Amino acid sequence: MLSRVANSLYWMSRYLERAENVARFVGVNLNLNLDMPTELGEQWAPLINTTGDLEQFTKKYGEANRENVMHFLTFDRENPNSILSCVRHARENARSVREIISSEMWEQANHFYLLVKDAAANKAALDNPHDFYTAIKMESHLFDGITEATMSHGEAWHFLQVGELLERADKTSRILDMKYYILMPDERAVGLAIDNIQWAALLKSASALEMYRKHSKQISPAKVADFLLLNRDFPRSIHSCLDRASHSLHAITGSPEDAFSNKAEQRLGRMLAELNYTQIDEIISEGLHEFLDDLQSRLNKVDNAIFETFFTMRPLNSAGTQHQSQSQA
Amino acid sequence: MPLNFNSYETENFYDELIQSPGVPRPGAKILVERIESLKDGDILSRQRAAEAAMYNMGVTFTVYGSEEGTEKIFPFDIIPRIVEAKDWSYIKSGLKQRIHALNLFLDDIYHDQKILKDKAIPSELILSASSFRPQCVGLNVPRGIWCHITGTDLIRDKDGQHYVLEDNLRCPSGVSYMLGNRQVLKRTFPVAFGESRVKAVDDYPARLLETLQYLAPEHVSSPTVVVLTPGMYNSAYFEHSFLAQQMGVELVEGSDLVVMDGFVHMRTTRGFQRVDVIYRRIDDDFIDPKTFRADSVLGVPGLIDVYRKGRVALANAPGTGIADDKAVYAYLPQIVKYYLGEDMILPNVPTHICADDKEREYVLANLDKLVVKATNESGGYGMLVGPHSTKEQQAEFAELIRKNPRNYIAQPTLSLSRAPVLLEDHFEGRHIDLRPYILYGKDIYVVPGGLTRVALKKGSLVVNSSQGGGSKDTWVLSE
Repeated sequence: MLSRVANSLYWMSRYLERAENVARFVGVNLNLNLDMPTELGEQWAPLINTTGDLEQFTKKYGEANRENVMHFLTFDRENPNSILSCVRHARENARSVREIISSEMWEQANHFYLLVKDAAANKAALDNPHDFYTAIKMESHLFDGITEATMSHGEAWHFLQVGELLERADKTSRILDMKYYILMPDERAVGLAIDNIQWAALLKSASALEMYRKHSKQISPAKVADFLLLNRDFPRSIHSCLDRASHSLHAITGSPEDAFSNKAEQRLGRMLAELNYTQIDEIISEGLHEFLDDLQSRLNKVDNAIFETFFTMRPLNSAGTQHQSQSQA
Repeated sequence: MPLNFNSYETENFYDELIQSPGVPRPGAKILVERIESLKDGDILSRQRAAEAAMYNMGVTFTVYGSEEGTEKIFPFDIIPRIVEAKDWSYIKSGLKQRIHALNLFLDDIYHDQKILKDKAIPSELILSASSFRPQCVGLNVPRGIWCHITGTDLIRDKDGQHYVLEDNLRCPSGVSYMLGNRQVLKRTFPVAFGESRVKAVDDYPARLLETLQYLAPEHVSSPTVVVLTPGMYNSAYFEHSFLAQQMGVELVEGSDLVVMDGFVHMRTTRGFQRVDVIYRRIDDDFIDPKTFRADSVLGVPGLIDVYRKGRVALANAPGTGIADDKAVYAYLPQIVKYYLGEDMILPNVPTHICADDKEREYVLANLDKLVVKATNESGGYGMLVGPHSTKEQQAEFAELIRKNPRNYIAQPTLSLSRAPVLLEDHFEGRHIDLRPYILYGKDIYVVPGGLTRVALKKGSLVVNSSQGGGSKDTWVLSE
């Protein structure tokens, strides 16, 4: 498969997954604010902190209020990670590989983009934010389902998987980290009703609440972290995402699952091995926030390695000719 | 009230479907009867269904100068244009002759230039053309064929005579619309389509692939063919992607290809893979910065060197633009006579060459009656339609012609034939042309059909999609 095509596929699915997760972020914050003690007022700055765009946001908007943050994350064309930017990039990538993907996938990518674009032009779009962000999630799920059902599960499909799963792992880690930034009235609130409500809202934003309930009856920070980080069955947990991403990488290269043939496989395999042999208590005692921070930067390094391994094929002219003249001599 | 053609006016033009109010031409009889038998409102709902089908198939083109990545559906009218068998056999023989002669001309111009030495046409006309590529002199192209894919624009005058308006020998586009229109029209008028005995065009992608494979270097048994596109912002990107998909070959951009160890390779996730035949949809200027425009970022550095050595084939060959230069076009009767010893079957539109002093005077004195065209432009750009122009526009063109006469030709304003288009509750005549496609591989094959372009604006003579044109399906009838 052409390197450029693989690159476009990878980014198409990354961007769609990103759009979906930004909708999840905003959704969880809307929920959290509803349950917040009124004396604190609404909190929107933590959201921008979580996505890592604080600097860019402050420069343009100054104050982090509901309207500004929602606009920045949803419709701001200058924000490369806004939902609108994400679906636009995804659609451009889809257009450039239209002969590779199924026509149903293309139509859905197109439909998704048009929905967000029309909403951006319509002032009333965010009057009912819950419905709007739910629609975004469903558009993304629909694309995933169509992809699953209409495209051969060959090399191209595996690149889509890798892109989607790495993006999802990163975003789940950020959703989990959101609690870190939220201001609490005081230490005593920890473990109280309000705290539990917030953890539940967080699980909900990862579509994880019901699945979590089947796993542990009570909500506790350690168990929530355990579920979103280390659970092997839940499709949005970081362990599950990395495990399947690694599986797809090996399917692309054909190397055995317990070995590696390039930097991407090596880096991802190492992360996965650590998660395999770690307990949540160890992570928490070292600091959950620090752990998640480190995880995100290592995911970036996996992304770099994928780029180097699959998307940039440089001619080996000098090495090639050298070899030729040697064998002649 | 059901629609009919009883009050349809042909207004002194040649109409392709209707002879006189209420009377269809023989080949259109089945279709017209079918349309007139439809229930009230049925035809409009068919038009809507056809448009929806087009949209879902993604048959689109990109408009330059509008918002990034803007795609539009190519406007489409559901009443097909019909070409009767005897007209088609005339057109077909004329096109074959023309393509044959043009290929001999190209091979001669880039080798011995006998036609210039024999003074059959003026040398300075060729050597002064910006489309003449000195880089191609001495080039031995695979199988001796220069132009493998051609789209020739035909028009029909008042008296029913066909003329060639222009040859497109570089990267003619539109064939995907021909195929898309046909797919939709088969569903729109299935009965009339079946009974009219329309010739099939659907095997075009397979024939194109065969033509391309024929050009591969001889020792390659199963050649790797690719389609080279300037990228998704090109106006014809949809077509590039569609043809690649239909042929089952890779669609590549310049940056996907690299010249290494004397061959062309594409960059894949598993390393480099050799490419044998490139159907390029990038103009000569941009195809290889080492040979043509150095600032091109769309092309493949070193490609032409590999091509010269016969290690990769290009379709069409570089340099073919000289043969569709509008000033060279004027000499086509001489060119056909010179190489084939025959009279030209399909005539040109009479053409005044502004480089000629006498003709230029005539052109300048009659700007309000003539159509003036830049010799090296296409797509309806750089053009003056005299009878529809203002005094200011005429003065502007007079100035342009005086400054650079070589750059312009002029032709009488022909009254292009018309065909009915559907307008909500009635039919009206609109001017049309016809672009058949010709493949030149083992032999010359004229696709029985083509793209009928229609000037949707009332009275307009400009059919280009960039200028508000649309299209119709073209039904070539069997004998």
